[in-house]
Amino acid sequence: MSVELLNFIETVLNGLMSGVMYSLVALGFVLIFKASGVFNFAQGVFALFAALTLVGYQTGQVPFAHLINELFGTNYHNWYASMPNFLAIILTMITMIALAWIIERLVLKHLVNQDPIILFMATIGLAFALEGVGDLMWGSDVKVLDVGIPSGGSIWLEEATIGLAAEGSDYYGMYIDVLNVWATIIAVILVVTLALFSQYTKTGRALRAVADDHQAALSVGISLRTIWILVWAISGFIAMVAGIMWGTESGVQFSLSLIALKALPVLILGGFTSIPGAIIGGLLIGVGEKLAEIYIGGYFETGALENWFAYVMALVFLLFRPQGLFGDKIIERV
Amino acid sequence: MRIKQLLIGITASVIAISSYIEIAIADLKFPMLVYRTGAYAPNGIPNADGFVDYYKMINARDGGIGGEKILHPECETGYKTQVGVECYEKNKKDAMVFQPMSTGITYQLIPKATADGVTVYSTGYGRTSAANGKVFKWIFNAPVTYWDGASIAIKHILSNNSNDIKGKKIALVYHNSAYGKEPIRTLEVLSKKHGFKLMLLPVDHPGQEQKATWLKIRKARPDNILMWGWGVMNQVAVKSAASIKFPMDKFIGIWWSGSENDVLPAGQGAHGYKSLTFNAPGTNYQVHKDIKKYVHDKGEASGDGSHFGTVLYNRGLFQAMVQVEAAVVAQKMHGTSKITPAMYRDGMENVKLDANRLEQLGFKNFSPPFENSCANHGGSGLAAVQQWDAKNKSWSMITDYMGSDRAIIDKLIAEDSGKYAAEQKIAERCN
Repeated sequence: MSVELLNFIETVLNGLMSGVMYSLVALGFVLIFKASGVFNFAQGVFALFAALTLVGYQTGQVPFAHLINELFGTNYHNWYASMPNFLAIILTMITMIALAWIIERLVLKHLVNQDPIILFMATIGLAFALEGVGDLMWGSDVKVLDVGIPSGGSIWLEEATIGLAAEGSDYYGMYIDVLNVWATIIAVILVVTLALFSQYTKTGRALRAVADDHQAALSVGISLRTIWILVWAISGFIAMVAGIMWGTESGVQFSLSLIALKALPVLILGGFTSIPGAIIGGLLIGVGEKLAEIYIGGYFETGALENWFAYVMALVFLLFRPQGLFGDKIIERV
Repeated sequence: MRIKQLLIGITASVIAISSYIEIAIADLKFPMLVYRTGAYAPNGIPNADGFVDYYKMINARDGGIGGEKILHPECETGYKTQVGVECYEKNKKDAMVFQPMSTGITYQLIPKATADGVTVYSTGYGRTSAANGKVFKWIFNAPVTYWDGASIAIKHILSNNSNDIKGKKIALVYHNSAYGKEPIRTLEVLSKKHGFKLMLLPVDHPGQEQKATWLKIRKARPDNILMWGWGVMNQVAVKSAASIKFPMDKFIGIWWSGSENDVLPAGQGAHGYKSLTFNAPGTNYQVHKDIKKYVHDKGEASGDGSHFGTVLYNRGLFQAMVQVEAAVVAQKMHGTSKITPAMYRDGMENVKLDANRLEQLGFKNFSPPFENSCANHGGSGLAAVQQWDAKNKSWSMITDYMGSDRAIIDKLIAEDSGKYAAEQKIAERCN
């Protein structure tokens, strides 16, 4: 095989892997939008908050330590040296469920039957509030997140592919980050579990009923509030998975909340109401931006296409299919 | 009615007296543009803590500067240029000096501060050609500029390659902003002089996703990489370099890409990563002992005190020390402790921090000696190379402070500042 072709395959593969990382964030948006019609702007901050909380539990950090010490003149920072990963993840999940409950009680409950734009604005406020609480609770330092997921280039793949190039060619083998492979496996498990849950459990069916028609679901005795708490808790769990993956890659820090911006073009492509759409959209965006950066980036003086090309793709897509690849068709009745 | 009037009178008097007391007690105003929130907070916080702790120490140990307390109001910019300009406008009255802590903000403040008569000190960042004091009367960027940094990094690469880098490939991974673009012109000139091939790789804010950039690097296999990064961009870049197994000792960051934050997330993979620096890390200096005694031990530390001795905290100490020293010089020059912003500028222009003075101030062997002058606002142009030891989680200086290629840098500064002077119709001074 020619080195150019191998490089192209490598770019596509890496794009797909990056796309999975975007899909992990987009999934949380889709779930909440399907069940409650709310575009949750705070989903990125959810991922950040979950990752901060996980590291906080892992390292035994005292929440709100800075505030407590300032108010009471104490000097508390850590209450234990470390916690096993499994336990820390369980505690983080419980925290995210508690957060979903608090959001339902304090925000959503009071905004039932309001226009979608009001709910959207509320989630913008929620994003800023949660970011502030996260800062106050766990501090703004860059935190190292290690839950035992391996990362770094795959030596196996490199060695396995080095011989594919013609002899004597300047080829070093194919590169893929092992962390991204794990993210893909986890995303597949997540999507299958979600599909099974919504298809074969009573709660899952109730969830789908609410997603299809709020009024009809209420009329058959499904509690809208319980479903909302459940959906926000599930999306909190997905945010935790996304936070772990992104946090392992770059360290846990406040720029993590900006990954939500990466999910927007994914949602425009895949549709706001489709789980498969979030996955396919993520993959398309991932591959598109990597190919653009590597093959046409050189023609742009400013470069750095990787960050904005996704939005160009999304804009072009909006012109032809505004509901996205798998979104519900927009029908306006006169 | 009388009681109401009396109450209004008392309130007005209290407000008037309290504002008078504030001016009387703290009449040297050093406003701080900080970013303790947002994507760049992990870097902004230790730096701001260094400033605050130093000012508090001077107020506690020396009773201020020449008996005048330092007032250091903070304004949060979030590293956003527009907000930084608003912070400047809000705080410029009676301000001695502004430290924008952002090249973007510095560029915006240059014409404003020049018109307002306010000193701007962008320590090792900002517009490089502001080093030409003949054109930029109110702007200072000592002790070293980005163009010096680019030249010093190339000098270090030369010294590791028997002074021959002809035909070598050097990549610049840079923050796609005014800051990241600063060294490009210098590197282009240096590539012509030394015959190396320059590869430019911009990374957009915030730099969380850089996979395509590092795939390009992996294919191109540059001999060395230089980085002008900030915030999460640094961490992702260091981790990505380790991931593609790029030799870390051939990866050199500018001084804003060389803090503990930048290397810790990469773990052992960051071992051997290098960066330039103009201040030492650690706490083995007299200034740290004084801060501990007069500030931390009294429970007055800025933040939780956990950044004490880190690279960016120590840089904050250095920046604050230069700003305080400028006030000391100004007070001596003008024979009054109650200096004006114009007097302060004179002080900054006559700062002379030689080895003796640095030792007196508690900064012995902490930073390179330098002095400003009417024509030179860029200091000595010295920087050293430090290297990360991932096992001990510490930086260590591996070279002495070294200078840049003055013949090239001075020419570039003259060119750029000359162009600015022509655009702004500024007559050169110091002649």
